[in-house]
Amino acid sequence: MLKIEDLHAAVNGKEILKGIDLTVNAGEVHAIMGPNGSGKSTLAQVLAGRETYTITQGRILLEGKDLSGMQPEDRAREGVFLAFQYPVEIPGVGNVYFLKAALNAIRKHRGQDDLDAIDFLAYVREKMKIVEMDESFLNRSVNEGFSGGEKKRNEIFQMMVLDPKLAILDETDSGLDIDALKIVARGVNAMRSQQRAIVVVTHYQRLLDYIVPDHVHVLADGRIVRSGDRSLALELEKKGYAWIEEEVAR
Amino acid sequence: MSRTAPVEATGWLSRLRTDGRARFDALGIPKPTDENWRQTNVQAVAPFAATSAGPASASAAALDALPLASALPCRVVLVNGRFDETLSSLSGLPRGVRVRSLATALLESPEPLEPHLGHAASVENAPFVALNTALFADGVVVTVDAGVDAAVPLHIVHVALPGAAPAAIHARTLVIAKDGSQVTVVESFVALSAGTYLTNAVTEILAQPDARVTHIKIQSEGPEGWHVATVAGHQARGARILSYNVSLGAALARNDIGSRLDGPGAECRLYGFYLVDGEQHVDNHTWLDHASPNCPSWEMYKGLLAGRSRAVFNGRIVVREGAQKTDAKQSNKNLILGDEAIVYTRPQLVIHANDVKCTHGATIGRLDEESLFYLRTRGIGKDEARNVLIRAFADDVIDKIPVGAVREILVDTLHLRLERDFRGIEA
Repeated sequence: MLKIEDLHAAVNGKEILKGIDLTVNAGEVHAIMGPNGSGKSTLAQVLAGRETYTITQGRILLEGKDLSGMQPEDRAREGVFLAFQYPVEIPGVGNVYFLKAALNAIRKHRGQDDLDAIDFLAYVREKMKIVEMDESFLNRSVNEGFSGGEKKRNEIFQMMVLDPKLAILDETDSGLDIDALKIVARGVNAMRSQQRAIVVVTHYQRLLDYIVPDHVHVLADGRIVRSGDRSLALELEKKGYAWIEEEVAR
Repeated sequence: MSRTAPVEATGWLSRLRTDGRARFDALGIPKPTDENWRQTNVQAVAPFAATSAGPASASAAALDALPLASALPCRVVLVNGRFDETLSSLSGLPRGVRVRSLATALLESPEPLEPHLGHAASVENAPFVALNTALFADGVVVTVDAGVDAAVPLHIVHVALPGAAPAAIHARTLVIAKDGSQVTVVESFVALSAGTYLTNAVTEILAQPDARVTHIKIQSEGPEGWHVATVAGHQARGARILSYNVSLGAALARNDIGSRLDGPGAECRLYGFYLVDGEQHVDNHTWLDHASPNCPSWEMYKGLLAGRSRAVFNGRIVVREGAQKTDAKQSNKNLILGDEAIVYTRPQLVIHANDVKCTHGATIGRLDEESLFYLRTRGIGKDEARNVLIRAFADDVIDKIPVGAVREILVDTLHLRLERDFRGIEA
């Protein structure tokens, strides 16, 4: 599903990603872990098409199609979804309008007709239930006045509505209490499917107790320095990141 | 001419006009060295500001082709500042609401107007009000009797038909809302032909105790038009004025809009929205004169600028001695697209009472990159994302305009301008 080849990316001339190779097959969940400043959030943003980063080398392939030159909206229409670490508050833009515009833009790209108002609401309500969101959310502006947990739930809710091929969750666990974490994880687990790849970017192992990954990768200084199964995450939990950084330095 | 002679013969009116002329002669067209006109240069109108545009007739078809001009069923049309009976339609006004040509009213029964005309709009330090007072040929008088709710909005359409030689249109509007009455007046400014001209409009709103007046001004002058307008309110006890001031057209537009809160519990809200691009210049000088205790005022002006346009906002709030418990809030927010637009914004608070709340704030910013990226990662295209954010910015004011037909036209106009004039401008 996702194939990243020798990906280098820089911001203001400073290289942050220094050659990443990663393959995530449909049906798999991969966790990307790493210390602060390792480049894991940059990787998430670069995949989504953030223009502040320049791809200096390498390719990002989604089902064989190269995303690296595409605008963020075109990537989204191809099936990429980024759940933000810090979801943006957009006063004056209503959730209903926003979701409908997003969904219909993506449906159009897939050659599907716009959903009418009734079908849209029915579809959206069904997804809201899974992440326990109140319907009043729909009448509010995008993320405006939402608590930290509400914002994260809203990201997962949007993911469910847009039904991506590749979902990237950037530190979705940060700032969540255990109950909110469980709700978010339930949403993500409901999205696991043979037609979808999921990449979970996280600093802590905790989230992986609830979203169990098939593979775990450790990022340090812009490179993947270790890959393994779930036990790697548990080892990191026990020993911290220092030993990996030391080993890499050696 | 038959009208002019007797009007001029009336004592008080003759004095009013002579005073206006004298003030204008003393003040002249403001220079950029004048404190109130530092960023707005109107010297170019000096050669023709005192030359009144002649009578002209507009075709109903041409007028009705403008969505704004035909937005509301109840309308008065002034062509080059003169009341045009055939284009006007005043059916549907309830008893107790009278709408007349100012020239006719001054000819037939001037006495009731004496205490009102020139009462709210002072000529003192206002050269354009002085000039209007000296030269207005006609205008509109709206009188709402005590306790009457006018119910349907009245639309005053100011039509400019510029000729070959530049000239000025000095129209005058007088709204007298008696005790406990309610009225909504929309004034729009449009041009039906190309050419250089000056609109120098003065609107006075006299809100007697507990009256409620909503004034909506939509400036959509021609691209070579110069627009100078004064809207001056005077509010007695418990009276409320809501003012909406939307500036879209003209090469240069200057508004002096404000009200004197002259009785306890009077309330004034000033909303403004301006949209400028290219070389357009818009200047809003607002003022609130808190002369009585317990008066709230609230002000929000928002503007969208592109190209090499310029916007000036000067918000003056005066709290007079004894005007305790004044609660005044002011905000001016500007959204700039492109690199070359300029905003000058300045609050001006003069406070002579000690138990008051006055807050003000101004922002000048660009579209938020984070918000744009967020929308785009959800599949919303770049132009659409940008327009969504711009509309959200404008909606703070546009959405509050209480006349649906006018609001819808403004929303359509905004969309059109975003597509036509603002397309492709980088955030």
